[in-house]
Amino acid sequence: MSNLPGDLKYAATHEWARLDDDGLVTVGITDHAQEALGDLVFVETPELDSQVQAGEGCAVVESVKAASDIYAPVAGVIVDSNSRLQDEPELVNSDPYGDGWIMRIRPEEEDDIERLMTADDYEQMLAEEDED
Amino acid sequence: MVDFAGWEMPLHYGSQLEEHRVVRSRAGVFDVSHMTVVDISGSEALAFLRHLLANDVAQLTARGQAIYSCMLNDGGGILDDLIVYYLSEGRYRLVVNAATREKDLQWMQGLAGTMDLRVRERADMAMLAVQGPEAPAQVAEQVEATTARKLAELKPFQGLETGDWLIARTGYTGEDGFEIILPQRQVVSLWEHLLEAGVSPCGLGARDSLRLEAGLCLYGQDMDEQTSPLTSNLGWTVAWEPGERAFVGRAALEAERDSGPRERLAGLILEERGMLRRDQAVQLPDGGKGVITSGGFSPLLGRSIAMARVPVSAADRGNVTLRGRSLPVRIVRLPFVRKGKSLVG
Repeated sequence: MSNLPGDLKYAATHEWARLDDDGLVTVGITDHAQEALGDLVFVETPELDSQVQAGEGCAVVESVKAASDIYAPVAGVIVDSNSRLQDEPELVNSDPYGDGWIMRIRPEEEDDIERLMTADDYEQMLAEEDED
Repeated sequence: MVDFAGWEMPLHYGSQLEEHRVVRSRAGVFDVSHMTVVDISGSEALAFLRHLLANDVAQLTARGQAIYSCMLNDGGGILDDLIVYYLSEGRYRLVVNAATREKDLQWMQGLAGTMDLRVRERADMAMLAVQGPEAPAQVAEQVEATTARKLAELKPFQGLETGDWLIARTGYTGEDGFEIILPQRQVVSLWEHLLEAGVSPCGLGARDSLRLEAGLCLYGQDMDEQTSPLTSNLGWTVAWEPGERAFVGRAALEAERDSGPRERLAGLILEERGMLRRDQAVQLPDGGKGVITSGGFSPLLGRSIAMARVPVSAADRGNVTLRGRSLPVRIVRLPFVRKGKSLVG
């Protein structure tokens, strides 16, 4: 069973998001997503200072199996990306909620993140996908 | 777990990349029991195989010796690729692909006709491939001392039949190692003993990336009934001599050889980040086009590599379009890697 921290919010496209004390939203992919992708070999981090809409593709992770777009869970400006992933894409596999974070967004609306799923909702969604 | 020709097989046991690296540096074991084992025996077994296969089984004179061969249709297209082991006078063992099992067995039965031989599938046999620089020592630990001494003397493509086991210095990774065909009832215990001894279990994912680095063709991807050995980097497996040996597909292959094959299988290396994958088009500077037949990530080179069927005129550069961007690729000779070392600089 995959690990789902209760203090994070989740998107249906398997990103997690966290509103930090500095008002920025940190984004990564879920444990379930990294497990499904298999070993990551490249991460194309988003362009800094670019404006993104919620649900807009802005980064790409490529694993031994497939390439997968990463969608911005909230609208805003990309203010930071995880430069370590350039040389250590495996951090996304080994620590998806920690060192494997992908980007930080300055959200247009701080409460935009509330539209995302809770850990329970996301877990429910995964369980339903499993049944299909 | 994935479905592979009706077999439920693991892509990896944790990390494909780690499994790949362990085979290049130490030893890993693959459960390849999905491979189809077929015994051919009888007074006309040799004559039959010399007709069936593009390589010449008459080259096999010592017990346990093996060759790699294509099995062709009349048009020179590849029905399957396989390994033949010579077990003893009038007894041969073939290892063919799982996905082609039924087609192969029917083809062989059809060609055998009334010849004095028996085509017998050995569904009772399982198969493990123990591969990597430490594989020979690991396998030696699992057998009796006299057998271990004989194994130590085997050269590549030589095998030893001992009781119900056939242990051969063959593989599909570009590393040293053994493939062991043994009765199904014994395979779980051998698997467990190898794991206890520190050999890492490896899945289909690493098997694919290892064989890709080693430049070894995968049937159904890099070659099929529409392609011949001459356009699949497998011309070396066709035994033209003696000229009077009438193997299936010979006439078509000779015609292709004499007119000059139009395509070849080459290696591609993507210099930038990204991933080459099957079916992507390769653009050549002279306007020619090729297609990627297998692609993926090379853990040893740290970049994406591929096998591609390209016009024979292709030089050393091309382009592949990935996610809307045209990226340069180097065109190189296969293989990329041999015995843990890069050959492409």
